[in-house]
Amino acid sequence: MESKHIHSAFDEDLAGIFKLIVTMGGMVEEAIGQAMFALQNLDSEIAESVVAKDRMIDDLEEEVHRATVSILALRQPRAQDLRMVVAVIRIAISLERVGDYAKNIAKRTIVLVKSPPLSSQSASIKSLAKSVRGLTKTALDSFVLRDADMAADVILLDEDIDRMYSSLFREFLTHMLEDPRNITTTMHLLFMAKNLERIGDHATAIAEQVIYVVTGIPADQDRPKGNDAESLGNLAAVPPDGSLSEKKN
Amino acid sequence: MRDGEEPIHKVKVKAKDVSVYYSESKALKDVSVEIPDKSVTALIGPSGCGKSTFLRCLNRMNDTIDHCRVEGLIELEGDNIYARSIDPVQLRARVGMVFQKPNPFPKSIYDNVAYGPRIHGIASSRSDLDAIVETSLRHAALWDEVKDRLKSPGTGISGGQQQRLCIARAIATQPEVLLMDEPCSALDPIATSQIEELIDSLRAEFTVVIVTHSMQQAARVSQRTAFFHLGHLVECNDTNTIFTNPSDERTESYISGRIG
Repeated sequence: MESKHIHSAFDEDLAGIFKLIVTMGGMVEEAIGQAMFALQNLDSEIAESVVAKDRMIDDLEEEVHRATVSILALRQPRAQDLRMVVAVIRIAISLERVGDYAKNIAKRTIVLVKSPPLSSQSASIKSLAKSVRGLTKTALDSFVLRDADMAADVILLDEDIDRMYSSLFREFLTHMLEDPRNITTTMHLLFMAKNLERIGDHATAIAEQVIYVVTGIPADQDRPKGNDAESLGNLAAVPPDGSLSEKKN
Repeated sequence: MRDGEEPIHKVKVKAKDVSVYYSESKALKDVSVEIPDKSVTALIGPSGCGKSTFLRCLNRMNDTIDHCRVEGLIELEGDNIYARSIDPVQLRARVGMVFQKPNPFPKSIYDNVAYGPRIHGIASSRSDLDAIVETSLRHAALWDEVKDRLKSPGTGISGGQQQRLCIARAIATQPEVLLMDEPCSALDPIATSQIEELIDSLRAEFTVVIVTHSMQQAARVSQRTAFFHLGHLVECNDTNTIFTNPSDERTESYISGRIG
């Protein structure tokens, strides 16, 4: 909405929470990037800094909550304003979680520095990370631009992420089956991949909030998924070529 | 109100292409709306938007204003209320009204409530009338506060009590529809809450149409909200929808407090 409120202080309040989300989003994007950089270069110093900076993201989430509660109490927002305030609360929760995942990746990197992963494993997770980071950026851009179409793209693209994760899961499983000495390292990488996949889900959650703000329609909860627990649980029956016979959508 | 919580009500009042002119100026422009039975419908909009004019059409209060002309059709339970055969006085017994400022008659509390039943010959005996007065005061959530001083003047109680007395007076004739024109604008927040609570209980028996300047009040008490702007009915929908996702930009601007 371009038009201004009669109470100009209300505009300032809304601009305030909007800015907090943009700041938080920037920090979270950077955390993912730095965590992945640390993993690729096995740089524990950078990994440590990602862990340390997560505290700032948590503090920002608290600030968003304080500011939104105060707007709800003092301004009684309605219509698109109300949807924006509710969306901001939920986006802040998502971003805080994404920060946690980046922190977890960094923590595992610190462990992995002592037993470096195979280069092929690193390469696979790198492409997943690149997609996830791009998705998070698009989700945040759709929020800034209030672009429901862009947000809808995020929801679709997350299916690719889910598929990439499923394929990574099979790849890592193969490494572990090949040589049990790989298990510890590969398990760490697998958890990282799972963290990245979850970041993709949060990017989707953010995109759903953007659609809700712009259109007033809550996003469809029954969105199709590229990976589901059942298909991963059936891996014992995966044929040697690693392909899954049934895909549920 | 949550979606699907309310049963579907039949239409109690139906307005079709209603226009109102004060001399040559058109205050209300082709308003068509259906007001469901046993529910609260709130009319909101900026000053001069036509919401009070529309409310006053529903019990022909505009008849008393010179140079006021009403066009279109308004039906109460299928009866055209502007038909020649309809007696406005009888109509107002079916469609009661509560005003902005509490306006009790300079009579006792008892006589204020008994007034309508007396002139409409509703009560057949003194004990009958006593029963109507008590029931009406109970419905208006005032009985416990005034039962020991029914003979004292209606003007001697607090503003909030006076407004509840006016509601008791309005429901004593057992109307089908209750019109309220900003019934809380002269009351403090506690008295306002009591009236709002009362409105919520009244919809079990009556169809309530309320004009209010307080959007929060419309949100709190109504199931349907109609937004008026410059004489047009812009949008009428479930209150929940109006306040979370209105479809018209004018509604959006008004309810979110923006410069339209």
